[in-house]
Amino acid sequence: MFTAPEISYMAFAPMIVVLLGGAAGVLVEAFIRTPATRRSVQLALTLVATVGALGVAVVQWATYSPDSAGVIGQTGYFVMDRQALAWQSMILIFGALSALLFAARTRAGESAFTPLGSAAPGSPEEAEAHRRGLEVTEVFPLMLFAVGGMMAFVSATDLIALFVALEVFSLPLYLMAALARRKRLLSEEGALKYFLLGAFSSAVFLFGAALLYGATASTGYGDILAYVLASPGDLTLIIPGAVLVLVGLLFKLGAVPFHTWSPDAYQGAPTPVTAFMAAATKAAAAAALLRIVYVALYPLEWELSWMIWTIAILTMAVGTIVALVQTDIKRMLAYSSVAHAGFILVAFAGFSAEALSAVPFYLLTYGIATIGAFAIITQVREKAADGTVGGEATRLGQWAGLGRRDPLLAGAMGLFLLSFAGIPLTAGFIGKFQVFAAAVDQGGWPIVLVAVLASAAAAFFYVRLIVLMFLTDVPEDQQESVEVDYHPYTRVVVWITAAATLLLGVLPAGALALASDAGTLLTGL
Amino acid sequence: MLDLTWLLIAVPLASAFVLILAGKRADAWGHWMGVAASATAFVVGFGAFLQMLGLDAESREHAVHLFTWISGGELTVDAGLLVDPLSISFVLLVTFVGTLIHIYSVAYMEHDPRRRIFFAYLNLFVASMLLLVLADSYLLLFVGWEGVGLASYLLIGFWNHKPEYATAANKAFIVNRIGDIGLIIAMGLLFANFGTLSFDEIFAEVGSVDTAQLTAIGLALLVAATGKSAQFPLQSWLGDAMAGPTPVSALIHAATMVTAGVYLIVRSGDIFALTETARVVVAAVGAITLIMGAIIGMAKDDIKKALAASTMSQIGYMMLAAGLGPIGYAFAIFHLVTHGFFKAGMFLGAGSVMHAMNDSVDMRRYGALRTAMVVTWVTFGLGWLAILGVPPFSGFWSKDKIIEAAFVGEGWQPWVFGLAALIGAGLTAFYMSRLFFMTFHGKARWTDDAHPHESPWLMTGPMIVLSVGSALLGWFLASGDRFTTWLEPVTGHAEEHDPVLAVPVIMTLTLLLVAVGVVVAWLKYGRADVPEEAPAPSLGVLVASNDFYQDSFNRAVLQRPGTHLTRTLVYADAAVVDGAVNGTGVGLLKLGEFLRKFQSGQVRRYSALILIAVAALIAGVVLGVL
Repeated sequence: MFTAPEISYMAFAPMIVVLLGGAAGVLVEAFIRTPATRRSVQLALTLVATVGALGVAVVQWATYSPDSAGVIGQTGYFVMDRQALAWQSMILIFGALSALLFAARTRAGESAFTPLGSAAPGSPEEAEAHRRGLEVTEVFPLMLFAVGGMMAFVSATDLIALFVALEVFSLPLYLMAALARRKRLLSEEGALKYFLLGAFSSAVFLFGAALLYGATASTGYGDILAYVLASPGDLTLIIPGAVLVLVGLLFKLGAVPFHTWSPDAYQGAPTPVTAFMAAATKAAAAAALLRIVYVALYPLEWELSWMIWTIAILTMAVGTIVALVQTDIKRMLAYSSVAHAGFILVAFAGFSAEALSAVPFYLLTYGIATIGAFAIITQVREKAADGTVGGEATRLGQWAGLGRRDPLLAGAMGLFLLSFAGIPLTAGFIGKFQVFAAAVDQGGWPIVLVAVLASAAAAFFYVRLIVLMFLTDVPEDQQESVEVDYHPYTRVVVWITAAATLLLGVLPAGALALASDAGTLLTGL
Repeated sequence: MLDLTWLLIAVPLASAFVLILAGKRADAWGHWMGVAASATAFVVGFGAFLQMLGLDAESREHAVHLFTWISGGELTVDAGLLVDPLSISFVLLVTFVGTLIHIYSVAYMEHDPRRRIFFAYLNLFVASMLLLVLADSYLLLFVGWEGVGLASYLLIGFWNHKPEYATAANKAFIVNRIGDIGLIIAMGLLFANFGTLSFDEIFAEVGSVDTAQLTAIGLALLVAATGKSAQFPLQSWLGDAMAGPTPVSALIHAATMVTAGVYLIVRSGDIFALTETARVVVAAVGAITLIMGAIIGMAKDDIKKALAASTMSQIGYMMLAAGLGPIGYAFAIFHLVTHGFFKAGMFLGAGSVMHAMNDSVDMRRYGALRTAMVVTWVTFGLGWLAILGVPPFSGFWSKDKIIEAAFVGEGWQPWVFGLAALIGAGLTAFYMSRLFFMTFHGKARWTDDAHPHESPWLMTGPMIVLSVGSALLGWFLASGDRFTTWLEPVTGHAEEHDPVLAVPVIMTLTLLLVAVGVVVAWLKYGRADVPEEAPAPSLGVLVASNDFYQDSFNRAVLQRPGTHLTRTLVYADAAVVDGAVNGTGVGLLKLGEFLRKFQSGQVRRYSALILIAVAALIAGVVLGVL
């Protein structure tokens, strides 16, 4: 017999607002026919949904007491505590900033998306769609669904709920990644790889979940923990299950060797989508990883920590070293995001409690700089000999002399790069410091040593771009081949993220206090 | 007025900044502003002095709190001034002699296009020197110490378009760095032992600290003093420092800055009082330098270098006195003050002679200048009598006291130090008389284009004032033990001790040696003809005229190995460190190219990679558990 579940609607209000916004967006697609109007309405709707949800989240944050307050919804499938609220707010901020990038256009009025996703690249249908000024404004509701899925993802405390949330946010991302306006084949190829490998890793995840269910007869984190604590000797199914589940999450985080999708997907996807993917997906994955490790699997520290160490070191090393030889700026940032996944994993070394506040802070600093950097990439465009402005100029060499062309924009890019490199007075430094301190706290200094060395090596390719922008003369034949585009939405995003990067680097005290408040998980499910 | 002593530093400092920043528009009046700033400082200092005279001896120590300078953890340093008889004596000397030399410089530097900058540096020097002597903590003293070092460097190299002058400035600066390190080490030790750097607090606690520590502090302070005061073994820079304009030599490298080391030792008297070892080393350094300086002075034909050697030697006397402990402190300062007058006077005289002789400094081309430059001859002569220690001129009162004090004590010390001081007096008489006779007497050996003439009144005026001081100041300060009593609150009261020789014997011996020195010099350089070219030197003269080959020694023992060390390090840095870094970079790039191949773009390979990784992880974890 079916009993209606008990749902605390109030506690889940932020998610509900976002998902309702997504549903309304679908209706907008159906009923508003003029592309321009539709776009404005979709943008407004998306901003209202994300900012509104953010407001609700802030109110809830204030009503929860800092020490382990929260609401358990639906018999332990989802939990709302300060940790979840912090992650959800962060994802909402990333979503709102990305929505502005989604809506930005070039001077010539082109958006970043193809006019008709279903048309084959180069086909007459595509040309027709271009001519008629069609637009896939579906990306806005798709992003809202992805945001909603991620919000559920970070608060899930049950393997089934986690899996559902994973698919809810992944499917829209696969779609959006395929919708680039230019280099359509590259975009579709990247998206397809992302989808295939995502499906593969979902399978791995499900296999692990099945093993855990087989061992404990439950999919809830609380039950898994209880089982592990009660029978520490019998781990035959638990251990492989835990490894497989973690691999599913590490795939989303982009850790080596489960990172292979990210360079192709990052490069092929429309840059605003890349920005959203890089910032929000990584945050969601890190949050889910934190929760499952700290709520269900922490008694297995001895068994699992070497795996975390190995993967963290591999990720930092491979991400950094391969980024050194990249010549495309989007691919370079993709590998840099792989390296950052490694830095995030450093915090898990030893399962320090500090990680619960260090990781959210790190992801905030990383995500802000990432969105800012990709926003700037959308502004640097190729220009053909006849003066028509083409796609983004992503070859590194094309960025030479940007500092002279647009000092402010190049300066902001420099700031983001320095933040990625973890140079003091930028947010990235504080973030790295927190993460490394969390690892050292639990005696993880060897891994921190590797992390510091990797940071030093990584500084090379970040600084190389700065040198290129500011200190390299532009070759004669390239003088006119690059143009700096302008759209107010993009610029607003750049200035907001740049200001936040600087602020979090110079005066991090307030944000650190918030992160410290967020470092409480609701346990005992 | 005592509370306004901060003006002493502020006024010249402000003037220095204005002179530098105002640019060419201040060229017309800048030098007079410099003079006014120095004179204002003198007026303030004199007012403070008068007010202090009105107080009891016990209450003559006045602290002026300025502001909290450094506040961090255990270390709190207040910037404050300590106005007491010792510091006010220095204030009067620095501002009075300083103002006279400022006035002299107005004429001396008249044709120099950068005269305004020269006065800015002079004012900077006055401000720094006053900060040095008025500071109430070692740290603030150090600021002044570095300030005078900077001013000295800037002024030695004032004509830095001549490479050798620039080199001389660098040499002075670098040698002084060694001394500065000594002061920094001393401050470190002081802070480690006392937890503070302020004079009051350190001297109050000094009894509770281990003697070995105090000895270390004392020796570190001595290193600082030898650097600043051109004492053995850091004396080599002073001769080259004569590259600076002559007023600079008079003010900084004779009368005031070079005596800062003596000030430092006397100010730290409470520390030295408890460490016999450090005191003996101080006295020994003084004794060595006074003989060494005198011998160098005998062999120099360059009038300024001869005077510089004499300065070294006279400061050796002061250092010797300071090393004798409380009995000598007052005499050290006494000699410092009288020396400040007569040596500054003689330097100004030398400047006047150079002015007349087309800036030539070679005494072998002087001679018989007494008729052409009467004022210079008379004023220089009074300085000469003073430094000889002929009664009743100034030097007699101060130097004789030091010689007597050097003979006080037990064991070997009074004999060594006393005889050194005694012999030094004879040598001084010889080389100063040689200088005096070669310049003003004998036959004219002028170059053809020389037309000696008396200097303008702006230059002779200060010389006359200083010569009056050379003649009378010693007697004035010595009568009734005026000066020693005045300094007693700082230096402490010294019990009278009898020297190992009777005082009249010492005095007679001293005067006898001086007379011998003068007569020998007269026979050789006054009556006999002085060759225009220096004759082939005997070994002794060669050694002395080359400053005992200390430069060569420094070059061979310190500079060459240092250069080789640096070269080796640079090479190691390039080959080993850079090589390792570059090699790592190249290696990483190659590794990157290799790893890149795994990113083949083929999904089936990616999934295979994931599969293998998962299998490996599970195997690892399971094996780990088993």
